[in-house]
Amino acid sequence: MSRAALLVLADGRFPAGGHAHSGGAEAAVKAGRITSAAGLEDFCRGRLHTAGLVAGALAAAAVLGVDPRQLDAAADARTPSPALRSAARRLGRQLLRAARAAWPSPELDALGVQFPKGAHQPVVLGVAARSAGLAPEDAAYCAAYESVSGPATATVRLLSLDPFDATGVLARLAPELDRVADRAVAAARRALDEGVDALPAASGPLLEVAAEWHAAWPVRLFAS
Amino acid sequence: MTTTGVRADARIVARADGRGGTALPVLDGEGPLALRRIRSSGAETRVMVVGAMSGPLGGDRFALTARVERGARLHVGSAAATLALPGQAHGEARYDVRLDVADDAELHWLPEQLISAHGSDLYVTTRAELAAGARLVLREEQVLGRAGEEPGRLTSRLTVRVAGRTVLDQELSYGPGAPGGWDGPAVLAGCRAVGQLVVVRPEFADHPAEARVLGECAALIPLAGPAVLVSAVAPDALQLRRLLDESLAGLTRTAP
Repeated sequence: MSRAALLVLADGRFPAGGHAHSGGAEAAVKAGRITSAAGLEDFCRGRLHTAGLVAGALAAAAVLGVDPRQLDAAADARTPSPALRSAARRLGRQLLRAARAAWPSPELDALGVQFPKGAHQPVVLGVAARSAGLAPEDAAYCAAYESVSGPATATVRLLSLDPFDATGVLARLAPELDRVADRAVAAARRALDEGVDALPAASGPLLEVAAEWHAAWPVRLFAS
Repeated sequence: MTTTGVRADARIVARADGRGGTALPVLDGEGPLALRRIRSSGAETRVMVVGAMSGPLGGDRFALTARVERGARLHVGSAAATLALPGQAHGEARYDVRLDVADDAELHWLPEQLISAHGSDLYVTTRAELAAGARLVLREEQVLGRAGEEPGRLTSRLTVRVAGRTVLDQELSYGPGAPGGWDGPAVLAGCRAVGQLVVVRPEFADHPAEARVLGECAALIPLAGPAVLVSAVAPDALQLRRLLDESLAGLTRTAP
């Protein structure tokens, strides 16, 4: 199939609900931990090497055909925060709806049956990429990029940050994104032989803790 | 001058003694992982890791395993903080902890802090394997550098499995050479102490604990299984310990 499917899947306008989530940026802005483009870059770099790496590996493993149920359980174990787990399932459910319209497949249908409340978003992303005929590398890139593009876009709104500066942050992270995608795919291939324990479990403690803090606010701009 | 690091292995087996107490048929450890049985109360038997030498240093390989058999209750602490130091042997040091807890058994694993000194390079893994009816209280604290010191490289992976299912798998990586952003707003935001307190109880399966925010840098969170995690980031070791102690006291008060 066409590699251009990756552009459709990774497009910020793909109707999968991602725009409603800040990837932890809203909490970090409120706590005063992101105040500028430099702070955003630090935040995104940390998220890329933790949540981004894990998401990339989960997505790549799903493309390789690792059982989505095992991947979903692995995602649960790697996401202690219940707020983040429920956000990931909500995003997974929305992505599944869009992906089934874009690349209908029995595997996507089965995912909907297995996970009525939604599977973790990176797992759905991987199965969607597989249905679109994409490679594990493509899914890993897509997941890793989403781990930083979401916070960057959200911070433009939260801080009235110059969109050019936010885009500059993403461009500067590109070489690291290459390395994260490589590591994610290598780990996904190991998981195929050794099981999901071989997947990375990198975690950012403040991402997890701040997600709980954020979920308890009465009013917020973003869902997570 | 040594060019290869120290190897140290320690093993603890705790077994119900049939009189309502806990015996220690195996208590093996030496050098940096010397073990001592200390005064105990009630059914619980206490062991202290006394560590008769410093370390782990670069190139060292430490391994500690504890098995708590059905009906036994074991409490393990340490006499002092563990200080990861640079060594004359090159390469990273490893410290692997394996904990096995059977049905109707209980383990309190409450060592002092792990301090990552400047120039050190340590990879520590803690893997707890619990039966469905096992109970666990586990605390880990990582302190990045002694007072005013830049940290070394520290990676810590914590895996908790209950009845064959992984309920927590988390790897934290800090210091020079760690993946980027470790000191930034997604990971530590300049804080120097990080802690995890894991409590596993069979009762949580039917009555899960409620998530609780303990400020913007700490939270008590129910895991996907009969377990809770208190995850905390603090400016220093003292404030971190206070947070974890208060959380544990709160969980103990509400114990079913």
